[in-house]
Amino acid sequence: MRIAVAIVALWLLVPAAAVRAQSANGGLGAAVTQADLAKLDQRVTAAQSAADNAWMLVSAALVLMMTGPGLALFYGGLVRQKNTLAIMMQCFALMALVTVLWGLVGYSLCFAEGTPVIGGFSHVLLRGVGADPNADYAGTIPQQTFMIYQLMFAIITPALITGATAERMKFSGTVVFMTLWSLCVYAPLAHMVWGKGGLLNAALGGRFPTLDFAGGTVVHITSGVSALVCALYLGKRTGYPKEPMPPHSLVLSFIGACLLWVGWFGFNAGSALASNGLATSAFVATHFAAATATIGWLAAEWTTRGRPSALGAISGAVAGLVAITPASGFVGPMPAMLIGLAAGVGCFLMVIFVKGLFGYDDALDAFGVHGAGGTIGALLTGVFATRAVNPIFKDPQGQALPVGLIDGHPFQIVYQLVGIAMAWAFALVGTVALLKITDFLVGVRASEDQEIEGLDLTEHGEEAYNLEM
Amino acid sequence: MKLIKAIVRPNKVDDVKEALGRVSLPGMTVTEVRGHGKQKGHTAIYRGKEYDVSLLPKMQIEVVVPDNVVDDAVAAIIQAARTGEIGDGRVFVIPVEQSYRIRTGERSDL
Repeated sequence: MRIAVAIVALWLLVPAAAVRAQSANGGLGAAVTQADLAKLDQRVTAAQSAADNAWMLVSAALVLMMTGPGLALFYGGLVRQKNTLAIMMQCFALMALVTVLWGLVGYSLCFAEGTPVIGGFSHVLLRGVGADPNADYAGTIPQQTFMIYQLMFAIITPALITGATAERMKFSGTVVFMTLWSLCVYAPLAHMVWGKGGLLNAALGGRFPTLDFAGGTVVHITSGVSALVCALYLGKRTGYPKEPMPPHSLVLSFIGACLLWVGWFGFNAGSALASNGLATSAFVATHFAAATATIGWLAAEWTTRGRPSALGAISGAVAGLVAITPASGFVGPMPAMLIGLAAGVGCFLMVIFVKGLFGYDDALDAFGVHGAGGTIGALLTGVFATRAVNPIFKDPQGQALPVGLIDGHPFQIVYQLVGIAMAWAFALVGTVALLKITDFLVGVRASEDQEIEGLDLTEHGEEAYNLEM
Repeated sequence: MKLIKAIVRPNKVDDVKEALGRVSLPGMTVTEVRGHGKQKGHTAIYRGKEYDVSLLPKMQIEVVVPDNVVDDAVAAIIQAARTGEIGDGRVFVIPVEQSYRIRTGERSDL
């Protein structure tokens, strides 16, 4: 009897359950095609945006860390004790000064749409720069993140120049010159290479598509070449080269160089503008290039000078990091190692032999490392860039086209040369003109008495070390 | 009463201090100094630029001793500070006219 009841119950229940399932399925299916799918899509986008934004904010902080304390310590250790605070102050002052300029007009001049040479004014006072992404540059992160990330590049670029003017440029002269330089040299170059519609932009419709992933031309060639001009314009430090001017603390320089190396991951891998495979690839290339450049500089030094020095090791690493900057998002690890090696040996030759040959006083070798390393890197980017890493060029059907020489696109080297020439020309002409203006307004060079006493005391009224009191 | 001024290698200061303790001399003054004698110094190279480091770091030890201890003290210093290489340093003996203790103001000839 109970069995019969159970069978009847089953007979009644199964079809009912089936019908219910059917209706549930039907209901779900209808909703999935509509609002639910959109919601899901929104959530996936939000998740990706959150991940990308987290990485980009960290990267921005890492790049700021390259200027202070990274570069400040690196340069601070290389000068004589009496000028330590002066060079650190120049780096730190730029962190504040360039930030304000960036908010007022700098960002707009670099990244707003304008002419092929300079951006427009649509983002002046950061108008329209908020939580919404700017799809032209980085579609998954708030434009404000993109803005603050790019700001950190605008800060470190002029800071690099202080290496050539060290120990003899007035603070007031530095402030005026760097203000002008940020607006008249950095902004046009950044717009040409990275801005939408820029003359050299490779991804957004430039006439001469120059590959520069993280700033080989924009940051390192411009700052390096401007540094050379500054060194020539200012003249040699009083007593150079007769008087010994050894670094006062290579320990500081050493710590600074290590911070630069780490910060460079934000600089290069962050330039993917997303937390993706390309960021990893750039991270790896950056690290490998720094390693081989260290070895390259040391090997050259050891064989020609008899000893491998600590200063040589850290100088080599920085040279490699400079050279891989434009290439980092376009090359694999093995070409990265070659680029690093070329920069390590090349910059060693520049600093040790070429500088001596011409006799200019590039106090901390800003040109020898950033100008030379940046040029080597920009050129080799045209050689080793490959679509396997970054399919930046596409035909109308969306097929990836060859990128660099090894990919079967030798003409890219010509574009790289155009970009290099543009950066050199802009930096040369702009810096000469701006130095003249600055000299007229406030003067650029400290007096001989100031130099002998030291800029720490005469420009800032303090000393770096009061250890014996 | 004599002032013994010894300029020694920095790493020999502890040995000298110990040796002077053995001739039971209570006080000494030690100063970081730089200088050169026959020792020529060495060359440092920073980014290919050579710098001669000709003034080398030394330590100067000053002790004031009664006349009858001078020879023992000098012998102790020389024995403790010697390596036999150029750059071991010098010992000077200088006469001292008077000596006062600051705490009490009394003149005391050790």
